Amino acid sequence: MPAPAIYVEDLVKRYPAAVAVDGISFTVARGTTTALLGGNGAGKTTTLSILLGLLLPTAGRVQVLGEDILRHRYRVLSRMNFSSPFVDLPHRLTVRQNLLVYARLYALSRRRERIERLAGDLQIAEFLDRPAGKLSAGQKTRVSLAKALLNEPELLLLDEPTASLDPDTGDWVRSYLEGWRSRTGATILMASHNMAEVERLCSDVLMMKAGKIVDRGSPQALIGRYGRANLEEVFLHIVRRPASELEPVS
Amino acid sequence: MNRRGRVASGFSPGRVWAMLLRYLYLLRSSWPRTLELLYWPTLQILIWGFMSQFLYVNSNYVFRAFGVLLAAVMLWDVLFRGQLGLSISFLEEMWARNLGHLFVTPLRPSEWVASLLAMSLIRLLIGLVPAAFVAILLYHYSIFSLGLPLAAFFPVLLVMGWALGLAICGVILRHGMGAESLAWLAVFTLSPLSAVYYPVSILPGWLQHAAWALPSTYVFEGMRAVLFQHVFRADYLLTAAALDLVWLGLGIAAFFWAFHDARRRGALLQMGE
Repeated sequence: MPAPAIYVEDLVKRYPAAVAVDGISFTVARGTTTALLGGNGAGKTTTLSILLGLLLPTAGRVQVLGEDILRHRYRVLSRMNFSSPFVDLPHRLTVRQNLLVYARLYALSRRRERIERLAGDLQIAEFLDRPAGKLSAGQKTRVSLAKALLNEPELLLLDEPTASLDPDTGDWVRSYLEGWRSRTGATILMASHNMAEVERLCSDVLMMKAGKIVDRGSPQALIGRYGRANLEEVFLHIVRRPASELEPVS
Repeated sequence: MNRRGRVASGFSPGRVWAMLLRYLYLLRSSWPRTLELLYWPTLQILIWGFMSQFLYVNSNYVFRAFGVLLAAVMLWDVLFRGQLGLSISFLEEMWARNLGHLFVTPLRPSEWVASLLAMSLIRLLIGLVPAAFVAILLYHYSIFSLGLPLAAFFPVLLVMGWALGLAICGVILRHGMGAESLAWLAVFTLSPLSAVYYPVSILPGWLQHAAWALPSTYVFEGMRAVLFQHVFRADYLLTAAALDLVWLGLGIAAFFWAFHDARRRGALLQMGE
């Protein structure tokens, strides 16, 4: 049986003034879409940063695609990728130039062909030669996704993939991600504040609060467990309860 | 090789080239930036060229070797532009808040550093070669008349510029963009000690000890030995090269320590203007 896409054990990230992640453990099965939910400051971005190897944890074990990310990150970085609307691609390079640079960083062959195909899939062909800084929010999101899919990642980490998009573009991105995941069998772990999006895309949810995982399960299981009408109500219930009343599940 | 590409293993010239390509795209995208590379070295040559012409008839020092000031200006620019070229390419990533994208790829910090060094050399040559030809055209002085010693002085100063640039990048990684101005200012604190335009013996005795700890001091003293005494001081060159190794080691250590520290603090995702 292959190792899970993500295996995290007793992960801690402590800063001088705060504990951002407080001893969490979880696994993400291959081929699933999992959401990392929580209010601002819950520890989602910290967790994603550690999984990406951008941030060193204080303690704990982290395996990504079967490799210890702390010891062997270079073995696994070419098999994963990341997209966030909060981290723009360099503005002065054109979209094509940006993608070519990243394609080379991933040592891809047939780079131009791959970029053209992704540009067609993600409907960015018409502005491939426009500076990345001159794009609208929706266009930037699709370009960022193109960057994230260049290397055909087995694991895709997304930080609020549809933040600041209009409903139409947001829906388009969600549909694309659904199709891409089912076509490729890849794994997605996403942080999101859009509960409808999570209900639609994710088979599993990890609820974080104050650096701990306070609940987990499928969206439907969580809705049922808390007796609420939808995941948004579950989310509000959890974030508004004092942390002391919530029992960490990890 | 599959479509996903090679599994990242070891230092990759391909990734160095990818980063170099990024900086070349950036340079190409803005003609004012390219013009800026040419502007200061050429302006410096114009000012010091006319100054040399004036001093040639009014100063015994310049009369003995007309090119002494022009050569000093150009060699100082090797050090200054070498450092600045590296720091600016580094700052481009800070201004673009691009570290979060770059370091989720298989790019290694050492590959990034290699691309910064290569780009520093390219930016230096873009600025300095036209200035050298301006000196030939206007003042009939060629830096190339230094001959083989020039081939020795150039790398010593460039490596010192890189060492300083890496240390400055380390400070910016550690302290954020508030330290950005160091990229432009820090090298000038070494200018008086390097004895660029005057012999090191002019400095007070206690300051001479500090001056002789800089590789650049040996280069400028060596340059004057070539121009005035027509001798090449191999001892100066060897000492400068040895000091360069120490300086480069310290610069690399400062950069990699700061990079590791940025990963510990989570600064790679947040670093920016």
